[in-house]
Amino acid sequence: MLARIQLPKTARRGEVISVRIAIQHPMETGFRFDVNGRAIAKNVINALSVRYNDAEIFRAEMGSGMAANPSLEFFTVARDSGELVFQWVDDAGRRGEERVQLAVTGP
Amino acid sequence: MTLRLLRKAALVLLVLQCAAVAAAQPPRSGISYAGADVRALQADDFANPGMLWVARGEKSWNALAGRNNRSCAGCHQDAPVSMKGVAARYPRIDTATGKVSNIEGRINICRERNQAADPLQFESEELLALTAYVAHQSRGMPVAVAVEAANRPHLERGRDIYSRRQGQMNLACVNCHVQNAGRKLLAETISEGHGNAYPAYRLEWQGVGSLHRRLRACYFGVRAAMPAFGSDELLDLELYLARRAAGLPLETPGVRR
Amino acid sequence: MAAGLARAQTPADPLATLVRDITGGAALTPGRVTIDTPRLADNGHSVPLKVSVDNPMTATNHVRSITLLSPRNPRPLIAKFVLGPHTGRAEISTRVRLNGTQVVLAISQLSDGSFWSGSAEVEVTESACLDAG
Repeated sequence: MLARIQLPKTARRGEVISVRIAIQHPMETGFRFDVNGRAIAKNVINALSVRYNDAEIFRAEMGSGMAANPSLEFFTVARDSGELVFQWVDDAGRRGEERVQLAVTGP
Repeated sequence: MTLRLLRKAALVLLVLQCAAVAAAQPPRSGISYAGADVRALQADDFANPGMLWVARGEKSWNALAGRNNRSCAGCHQDAPVSMKGVAARYPRIDTATGKVSNIEGRINICRERNQAADPLQFESEELLALTAYVAHQSRGMPVAVAVEAANRPHLERGRDIYSRRQGQMNLACVNCHVQNAGRKLLAETISEGHGNAYPAYRLEWQGVGSLHRRLRACYFGVRAAMPAFGSDELLDLELYLARRAAGLPLETPGVRR
Repeated sequence: MAAGLARAQTPADPLATLVRDITGGAALTPGRVTIDTPRLADNGHSVPLKVSVDNPMTATNHVRSITLLSPRNPRPLIAKFVLGPHTGRAEISTRVRLNGTQVVLAISQLSDGSFWSGSAEVEVTESACLDAG
């Protein structure tokens, strides 16, 4: 699953930074039919977790009310240099993961 | 007979009128008719969901394919350099076959001749992604299709299709996109019908689609038989649309309602 | 008669049961939660939505969660976002599906266990030119 993530490369310690993620996924509602009239099974990314240096900073539990190709923007406090790990899973059990480095400067 | 002649005369007048209007005023992109949300979504390169297809296209560009085990990059190297301005000049006549080729067609020609790979299906995620990636390299550049002896008959045919009444609603493209551009149709402002955003992310599609998909939707809208993806009719129409949109900056991946 | 009785027993608010599940029957106070959406959405498949809670984000006093609810969607629970003091600011932007014009509801639980709510009315419009796909 292709995803794009946006956050600053560097931040001052204590700064509140914006974190954005967008994932290519149809977020099938289960209410649609294919061209042959067969129902398309519901398949949405139902959980997304974001960990920053091993501590969970954000979690989303999602349903079919989220738009296709889901996008989320949230905030976090830049504490220490390290890694943000984004992990998600859909109803079909497919998993995705992205890792992004963040450098924190200042006392 | 006289009625038919009169109708024909009226249509000729209409086309002349349109040509005069088109000559007097520069073409106007569909994005200028869109609401604030759609405009903001297109303008923000992270929020624009079409950029997911562009990112996927970049991966395909660099991936080995076919029996020759060759990637697009193997011949064309960096797309931001080699593909810059290419989509602005398309569709073009493929010299080997003499047929009109759009970016999708050109990608499949490359696959067949140079990669020895099967052509990609129209509207497949991979063909949409590659087309979006290639066209994206010309974003901001003005549409500039040349008029030459080789493409003139196709341009003329495209123009004829554009002004031909068809379907159960008996409407031609010009009836909406020239005569009534800027006016309201239900909750929609009718655009001038330019293709400079495509492949585009349409909210209604919940994904990226090609210009041919959008054109087929118009045929569907006037209750006319839809030509096949990549058919001569849609290619000639695409060529004429590009000529009509001359000077408009490419927006791929545009966002539309 | 039976149908009339069933109708009478239907709660006026289609979200009442779901809200009770979220709050566990605790008081739900309107306030602190703000939903930003366009008053007129271009398409129900993708409506931009920003939800924020007016509360500090410290270890002892922060926003624990925000839940988005739609009274007209076939599945009213859109999403639940779990936050903490590390989130820094209780504000989330996303895009949601809305099955028609409605009042969207957000419920937030704070670290003291209290529940707060905010809402926004969204009128959903459609493009005039729909296609078969």
